[in-house]
Amino acid sequence: MGSQLFLQIGKLSRLILRRDRVRILAWIFSFVLISLITVVAFDDLYSSQDERQEIAATMENPAITALIGKGYGLDHYTVGAMMAHQMLAMTLLIVGIMSILLVVRHTRSDEEEGRVELIRSLPTGRLANIGATLWMMTLTNIALALITGVGLYALGIESMDLNGSLLYGAALGVTGIFFAAVTALCAQLTETSKGVIGLSFLILGVSYLVRAVGDVTNETLSWFSPFGWVLESQVYVNDYWWPIVMTLVVAIVIAGVALYLNAIRDLGAGFIPTKGGKRHASRFSQHHIGLTLRLQKTSIISWAVVLFIFGATYGSVLGDTEAYFAEIELMKEVMQQPGVGSMTLQFVTMIAAIMAIFSTIPVMMSVFKVKKEEKQNRIEHVLATAISRPKFLGHYLLVALITSLIMFVSGALGLSIAGANVIEESVSFSDLFNAIIVYLPASWVLLGLALVFVGLGRFNGLAWLYLGFTFVIIYFGGILKFPDWVKNLSPYEHITSVPIDDFSIVSTFVITLVAIGLMVLGLYFYRRRDIKG
Amino acid sequence: MVVLHAEGLTKQFGKVQALNGVNMEVKEGEVYGFIGPNGAGKSTTIRILLGILKASSGRASIFGKDVWRDAVDIHKRLAYVPGDVNLWSSLTGGEVIDFFTKMRGAEIDKKRKENLIDRFQLDPTKKCGTYSKGNRQKVALVSAFAADADLYILDEPTSGLDPLMERVFQECVMEAKEQGKSVILSSHILSEVERLCDTVGIIRQGEIIESGTLQDLRHLTRTNLLIETKTELTLQGLPGIHDVQQDGNTYQLQVDTEHLDQVIQHVSQSGVVKLESAPPTLEDLFMRHYEGEAGGVK
Repeated sequence: MGSQLFLQIGKLSRLILRRDRVRILAWIFSFVLISLITVVAFDDLYSSQDERQEIAATMENPAITALIGKGYGLDHYTVGAMMAHQMLAMTLLIVGIMSILLVVRHTRSDEEEGRVELIRSLPTGRLANIGATLWMMTLTNIALALITGVGLYALGIESMDLNGSLLYGAALGVTGIFFAAVTALCAQLTETSKGVIGLSFLILGVSYLVRAVGDVTNETLSWFSPFGWVLESQVYVNDYWWPIVMTLVVAIVIAGVALYLNAIRDLGAGFIPTKGGKRHASRFSQHHIGLTLRLQKTSIISWAVVLFIFGATYGSVLGDTEAYFAEIELMKEVMQQPGVGSMTLQFVTMIAAIMAIFSTIPVMMSVFKVKKEEKQNRIEHVLATAISRPKFLGHYLLVALITSLIMFVSGALGLSIAGANVIEESVSFSDLFNAIIVYLPASWVLLGLALVFVGLGRFNGLAWLYLGFTFVIIYFGGILKFPDWVKNLSPYEHITSVPIDDFSIVSTFVITLVAIGLMVLGLYFYRRRDIKG
Repeated sequence: MVVLHAEGLTKQFGKVQALNGVNMEVKEGEVYGFIGPNGAGKSTTIRILLGILKASSGRASIFGKDVWRDAVDIHKRLAYVPGDVNLWSSLTGGEVIDFFTKMRGAEIDKKRKENLIDRFQLDPTKKCGTYSKGNRQKVALVSAFAADADLYILDEPTSGLDPLMERVFQECVMEAKEQGKSVILSSHILSEVERLCDTVGIIRQGEIIESGTLQDLRHLTRTNLLIETKTELTLQGLPGIHDVQQDGNTYQLQVDTEHLDQVIQHVSQSGVVKLESAPPTLEDLFMRHYEGEAGGVK
């Protein structure tokens, strides 16, 4: 019987490939393209060793370490070292997201919707479906590793040899395999695909933050994060392969546990039990707006907690940052650098902008819930009652606006509580708090844009692409030296960075007007179109 | 020859006892109707028979093989249609049908497939994501009947089908039966079960409370009579009479099958003008078992 557990895994793997070929290719293509473009940009912008050393000097502080990871080879900052330092950690995070989203589709989602039952009624092994999923993820990540590795080497940059380039690719691939295994495990634990996604993203996020704090305060802590392991490979500097092997071994163990749990549980069941719910609707959820909020309760609370932790994590490294800058105060006069206070502040504004973008994700997700309601035909139940369409969508908009307030306040509180605790003089609690809150109108622009796409009933992906673009502008804007007109396309760029500059009421007002305009447009479009189902 | 044999199947989900000793037997060429209200344990039983759930205790075998241990071997000769079919939205109906056939290890019999697609009036070139519920059901039905299976397990297979398609489905089951195949049909459409099934099993709260051929079961129930007489009838004191409704000299009543003879003799003395008798329907039988049992989870 043992040999039959994986029977027909080949045909199921081909089914996955048939379903996801476009998706998988798009992911791999994006990773390779972005990696190659970044290297070319680095090589072009920082062509001389002197220029690169200049950048390296500004990178050598705890704030940057927390944000992008430890830098290796800073004293001889080659293009390769720069690439591994600036890009690798963030790329790994996104590879993790890819794995989570791909694995959940073929495990718990398929099970939830009865497709695994159909497959199990055919002559297939009990573990063939999850086995095929893990196998396809392994192949996908090997392809990602090889294409990225060979691609980077093919650029022919001196500091990027074949071994280092393949290691860079392998770092991506092994992280993908690791989080595929983690997601497969989570899929055994909870009964819903939503639960699996939530749990997997929690593990991904916590892993990243543990590395951030660990790299700044306590090296041992970083060893509790897979990101800590993979980054230890010190790509293009020392080129250690053992962290890759180690991560792979742990991933195999996790996958083994997932397979075992899958084998011993009932179809449709999970190991985390679900509780019974309420018998009657509370007075609150008897109205549509209350119901809308009720349906998003769990998601809102989870995101608020995550953003609080996220803020607190970066708040807690502010103390180290301040101390570091105080140490080099002497140099300050020689090198004519800005004062201690403003350097910490500069870091605060960057963190604030990044947190503002992260806080926008749940806001957009909130309004995009309408799309799923429509696709699953649940929308008909509500629209068949006495409620107009603008009012219906307006309720979602209102809930999204409430969500935006909760998210921004939560993240801001995390940052300022933790920050005010460790920081001595340069920044106050309200400085930190306001640094994030000022970005609220920018998130409303994204929300308005999302609403326009809901109104049109298509192209939702573009709103996410735009959010990704604003992130790239903030995160890589400095190092990649984007021209001003490109930067100006992001609403976050039009918000004045508060602790450094004065709050500008005019720009806030204009951005809010743009947001309102988009929202009205969205409501207008929604009224005119067909509801699909 | 016995195709399926189950004995004392129980299943526990945590603290909930879903099945409480289910016994079943299906012979070659037999259509077994499996009926019972929602939540009685029909789908749980079927999933155990498919080797998808593991029974807490009891034994079940199909083609003489253990349903859990030898699931793969059994599935090569079995076709399953669930009541709520969900398919891969990016694949077309035609692709899904071929995929299922290949997974069973069979070659695609184009003629047979096209014939079924034609009969069920399915457009196999559309993506599954765009099919309505009824059409998704058709995809599953076509791929099941296109398979050369020896046992068909159909769990409310016609939900969402229109009456014309319902008839096509019934023809397919009859054809399978003529070829000596066995069928387990779980359904809420009792007329369908009545027409197709040789044997019926009724499940309630995880237990089979009644099973046998429809003929056997009818003996357990009552015949409906509509009688019009010249003179008034005195029905009081007659044994086995129920639910008498009188309208002038017209009477509507139910009679226990074993007392039918006695009642007819009595009635004939009053000068019969009109006498209609209807055999007990499965619905009557079903209702009798379940009346008063309704009510949600407390």
